[in-house]
Amino acid sequence: MDKKIIEKYAPDPENLLFILHDIQDSKVDHYLSFNDLQEVAKYLGIPVSKVQGVATFYSMYSLEPRGKYIIRVCESAPCHVMGALDILKEFKELLGLDKIGETTKDKLFTLETSACLGVCGVAPACMINDVVYGNLTKEKIKQIIDGLRKGGSNV
Amino acid sequence: MSSTVTIIVDGKKVEVPMGCNIIEAAEKAGIEIPRLCYHKDLTPTGNCGVCIVEVKGQKGYKRSCTTPVTNNMEINTKSKEIIEARKTVVELILANHPDDCLTCVKNGYCELQSLAKQLGIDRTKIQKVLNRKPIDESSLSIIREPDKCILCGRCLRACQDIQTVFAIEAMGRGFETEITTPSGKMAESVCINCGQCISVCPTGALHEAIEIDKVWEAINDPEKVVIVQEAPAIRVSLAEEFDLPAGTNLVGKMYNALKMLGFDYVFDTNFTADLTIMEEGSEFIERLHKNGPFPLITSCSPGWIKFMETFYPDILEGVSSCKSPQQMFGALSKTYFAKAYNIDPAKIVTVSIMPCTAKKYEARRPEMRSSGFQDVDYVLTTRELVQMIKQVGINLASIDDSQPDDLMGAYTGAATIFGTTGGVMEAALRTAYELVTGKALESCDIKEARGFEGVKEFKVNVAGTELSCAVAHGLGNARKVLDKVVEAKRKGQPSPYHFIEIMACPGGCVGGGGQPYGSTIARRMERAKGLYDEDGGMKLRKSHENPMIEKIYKDFLEKPLGHKSHELLHTHYVKRDSLL
Amino acid sequence: MYRTHLLFVIDQNTIDAGAYAVKYEFEKEIKSANLLEEVKISETGSVNLIGKGVIILVFPDSVLYTNVSVNDVKEIVNEHLLKGRPVKRLVLSESFDIPNITITPTRETLKKQNRIVLERAGVINPESIEEYIATMGYEALGKVVTNMKPAEVVDEVKKSGLRGRGGAGFPTGLKWSFTAPLSGEKYVVCNADEGEPGTFKDRLILEGDPHKLIEGMAICGYAVGAIKGYVYIRGEYTLSIQRLAKAIRDAKEYGFLGNNIFGSNFSFDIEIRKGAGAYVCGEETALIESMEGKRGHPRAKPPFPGQVGFRNKPTVVNNVETLANVPNILLNGADWYKSFGTKNAPGTKVYTILGKVNHPGLIEVPMGITLRQIINEYAGGMAPGSVFKAAQIGGSAGALISEKMLDTPLDYDSLGEYAAVLGSGAILILDQKAEIPDFLRSVMKFFAHESCGKCSPCRIGTKILLDRSIDLYKRKLSEKDWEDSIKIAKTMEKASFCALGQSLILPISSANKYFREELKDYFA
Ligand SMILES: Cc1cc2nc3c(=O)[nH]c(=O)nc-3n(C[C@H](O)[C@H](O)[C@H](O)COP(=O)(O)O)c2cc1C
Ligand code: SF4
Ligand code: SF4
Ligand code: SF4
Ligand code: SF4
Ligand code: SF4
Ligand code: SF4
Ligand code: SF4
Ligand code: FES
Ligand code: FES
Ligand code: FES
Repeated sequence: MDKKIIEKYAPDPENLLFILHDIQDSKVDHYLSFNDLQEVAKYLGIPVSKVQGVATFYSMYSLEPRGKYIIRVCESAPCHVMGALDILKEFKELLGLDKIGETTKDKLFTLETSACLGVCGVAPACMINDVVYGNLTKEKIKQIIDGLRKGGSNV
Repeated sequence: MSSTVTIIVDGKKVEVPMGCNIIEAAEKAGIEIPRLCYHKDLTPTGNCGVCIVEVKGQKGYKRSCTTPVTNNMEINTKSKEIIEARKTVVELILANHPDDCLTCVKNGYCELQSLAKQLGIDRTKIQKVLNRKPIDESSLSIIREPDKCILCGRCLRACQDIQTVFAIEAMGRGFETEITTPSGKMAESVCINCGQCISVCPTGALHEAIEIDKVWEAINDPEKVVIVQEAPAIRVSLAEEFDLPAGTNLVGKMYNALKMLGFDYVFDTNFTADLTIMEEGSEFIERLHKNGPFPLITSCSPGWIKFMETFYPDILEGVSSCKSPQQMFGALSKTYFAKAYNIDPAKIVTVSIMPCTAKKYEARRPEMRSSGFQDVDYVLTTRELVQMIKQVGINLASIDDSQPDDLMGAYTGAATIFGTTGGVMEAALRTAYELVTGKALESCDIKEARGFEGVKEFKVNVAGTELSCAVAHGLGNARKVLDKVVEAKRKGQPSPYHFIEIMACPGGCVGGGGQPYGSTIARRMERAKGLYDEDGGMKLRKSHENPMIEKIYKDFLEKPLGHKSHELLHTHYVKRDSLL
Repeated sequence: MYRTHLLFVIDQNTIDAGAYAVKYEFEKEIKSANLLEEVKISETGSVNLIGKGVIILVFPDSVLYTNVSVNDVKEIVNEHLLKGRPVKRLVLSESFDIPNITITPTRETLKKQNRIVLERAGVINPESIEEYIATMGYEALGKVVTNMKPAEVVDEVKKSGLRGRGGAGFPTGLKWSFTAPLSGEKYVVCNADEGEPGTFKDRLILEGDPHKLIEGMAICGYAVGAIKGYVYIRGEYTLSIQRLAKAIRDAKEYGFLGNNIFGSNFSFDIEIRKGAGAYVCGEETALIESMEGKRGHPRAKPPFPGQVGFRNKPTVVNNVETLANVPNILLNGADWYKSFGTKNAPGTKVYTILGKVNHPGLIEVPMGITLRQIINEYAGGMAPGSVFKAAQIGGSAGALISEKMLDTPLDYDSLGEYAAVLGSGAILILDQKAEIPDFLRSVMKFFAHESCGKCSPCRIGTKILLDRSIDLYKRKLSEKDWEDSIKIAKTMEKASFCALGQSLILPISSANKYFREELKDYFA
């Protein structure tokens, strides 16, 4: 990890969430290693157990390596009503994954579920890294995945 | 403004101090509201939801442990609805708990068990939803059984707020939450093995690594000579387990019970406590002559030692090189004792009874093999000794007193007070004063070192030199003292203290993590009183007056800080800050 | 001077639909058509049209294009921009609640609107402080700090009857009045965690009119004597964070934040804090813990944040929408504000309406309107083939109501026990195909996933209720166990530590009340 990411922030424990976000975003495999947590703890002057407690509390952080693209399918009620379960099934099939939380062998995609993403107007929806995709249909999912597989940019 | 408020609990008017919580206030009205996560010595968190009560005019129920009283508050603690709800809460907790009482370390001592009984829960109402997380047995001292954890958070308060170690933390969220260390293994963490978490855990989720069976095996092995030592703090805590008042000194019965259990020789750690004073006192005098380095910091608490190695490795040179009394005893048992009784040291099994969980770890440190063997083979906590006594049905309260075997059994009052905060300091000053000035102390009592104040600071005049002393117990308090030392060192100033005593556990060893459950601060104070009473009643109250100490120097060690002492009684420390 | 302005609606939805790609194509085509001097491209916030793909507004022609794709660009440039003939097939022909669009709204046009909170959203460029100022922005702040005493501000807000829009509906002026008299360091915290499923109103305010929030916070800061404000935004709201950050920078540059605002003694600054995925952090005390860099466990109340909050200092926590109401109240007066809505619930309310309706999306309407009105007049009626069956109001922690309640006015009083979470404003419409047990299962999953784990009733209760709702759906749950589930939920209502565990009773008891017949079919 590049120390500059941490040092962008003042060594104040209040900046912990920001720092964890930035470290995770800076890595292709989108996760926080124990070493990262230790570095952060040292920099902020707080126990590493506290840092890990925080990192494991919030669902946007992961302590396991993940794919280049993190697909977070919303499964809250509004999306559920609009067919989120089918969407999830479709993603699983397309990516050849059995379980939520798994990463494809080529390390390209990790499939996760999420609570409401705040874009319910276009339910069913998902987020892939920072980008929202709404009004999902089987066709649209295929298009998105194909696009990303071909190395298209995420936007 | 008055400093009390009037409240009405179940129709009864009571006057209570302002700012206290309902749970404390209700006790004034004779009502002990059922509870689980609340602990008198810890900041309440309101986690369990058992202590709910109704407050007139307020929606929902209030947690009595976290809700402060206000004037004229009307509280109902026992309406039918509340009792129902309370029961349902406990049933929910039980739904997430294995019914393993019969095979649980905490059987008979468990607060969850007794709460279920108290509320009259007589069947399993809610189907089990268990987490099935593996037991962590990596540590030599502290075992975690996560499935028995009810997430009351008390251990966190002990480890984080009081000890400031932060070895453990709540990880994960919701139903998956687990109190654990970053790697999931106690042994790989910064845990200093003090056992304060065990001491407050209401269930069997945390307990010491139990070694009873190994000790039985040794006792029953005719080839082995099994000898036992007991820390000073044991003799005043055993009573609680045998329906006698806390603090009652059962030292004589303890010796007898140990003999009845089958130990071949029964000695006393107090003997090596006196020896520690000789060595440490001499170290102090040497530093006085050489003008430093200061401060000298005591080293008999292995919890503190690991804390120092991990969090304050820079002050390593200040810490006395003396081993703890337990380890001095261990080293001598397989040298001095072996020689005196002409026993092959390979056949000797040395067992310690300690108030302490950290001493299990200490005994296995690679430095602790100066006899050529592992100096101390097994360390049992007070609780484990009680277990052994009960296993064979000895009624400790009614048996006769006995004496220890004499080679390493005699001790002075100075040794006894090792078991509580300030005791080592007081014992050391008694001896150091006389050795330096050549004059006897007017009174042996050094009152400034006594009591449960977190940090005790005072000055003593020894031969014209003003010595600054500090006594800290509980590692949060230790930090306060050490930070001043570190700060002075950073600034190139002289140390603010000459002599510091640190005990890892609040109250010192009377409050050790291996002591009988229910070890509140109040209980620890009663135990401490028991120790001071014994000391006060003794003829010999200074370590250097112990005749057997004179003998060991004459026959074996030659002189304090001599060559043999260094080999057997002193040690060195390891920086462990990489654990951070 | 440009002849034509093209305004790209940039929000999470249009970005998803490819707005940037289309914009890029336009830039290319306009350049090759040699129109660079005549046509200006800029961006604006959401226009509350959802599911309409890439949206472009053309001025002064007042043409609104929707579902524009890259392939349409050449045609629009050739036909519309060069020849003045709008491309009919892309012009929106539906007629529901489209904002009154002008490129620079004037004082006059603004006053005519029925909107308070969203008056500028989709109308101005949210990244332009100049446009905010040109539409009376920061006038309220100026008036307040130069002409009013802090106590007068608190009184005016009290008089307006404004109630919190974050969920609980606590009177805002009253909340401020608890903190205002306290001495020492104080803070204003804006709750933009918006995790309640079905809610995205705060996002649209942040994306569409961020300065309004800044102005509201500064006024609050002045009223209660705070030195600093923090906006806690959920981590997923990337665009909101960017826009607000820019708005804060601009406001500082213009002196609306910083020292001696409008030459007064009042100094105030705002910082952003970012969440990381935890619904419970919307709860004000958990939010404060999270702002301090900790796990989001709620704190015991009392003491309330108003007394002991962020950094253990008195802290006013208000929702985004609540604060966005404040500038208008101070500018136009409490009486003006009370002319909207009902007596006990003055003002407007932003609702998100979702599910099986024709036009899911966001509306701002007076308090007290009925659900039937919302569905028929604002959401374009039920979706084709859908018949109304149930609505969940207030998000996942809200009640599930049946058609019996379609005509109940939506305000705090009429909804009674079910009003608890009205503030979040989410309305989810289910049609005849929805199975109540299936729906409950999804709601319970949310709670089980979001329980923070601190207290036993909620940590274990949510897990058990989730398991049981799955069993119910699979027809494996006995009637007795369903009854027992209600008992557990009721215990959770009384014995949970925070409102998360306390509110799960609402969907369960309301489902039991209105849909018991259907549930019976599922009992094992
Ligand atoms: C579990 C839970 C989640 C909440 N989420 C939010 C939220 O996302 N946004 C919000 O403004 N208030 C939320 N609240 C309500 C806040 O605790 C608080 O009442 C509100 O921010 C106060 O602002 P107001 O008075 O302006 O409504 C939530 C409450 C609970 C119990
Ligand atoms: S949380 Fe538990 S221990 Fe604390 S007061 Fe409530 S019931 Fe008692
Ligand atoms: S922890 Fe307590 S309740 Fe649980 S199994 Fe052990 S004794 Fe029984
Ligand atoms: S009778 Fe009850 S308490 Fe006794 S052993 Fe059996 S289960 Fe345990
Ligand atoms: S033994 Fe001491 S240091 Fe280790 S976890 Fe328990 S309280 Fe913390
Ligand atoms: S381990 Fe014990 S003290 Fe710690 S939370 Fe669990 S039950 Fe409570
Ligand atoms: S204070 Fe005593 S019981 Fe506690 S760790 Fe030190 S030696 Fe062990
Ligand atoms: S009710 Fe749920 S969310 Fe709230 S404190 Fe308890 S466990 Fe956490
Ligand atoms: S419910 Fe899926 S985005 Fe809100
Ligand atoms: S004792 Fe009060 S909530 Fe646990
Ligand atoms: S009892 Fe020996 S030092 Fe604690």
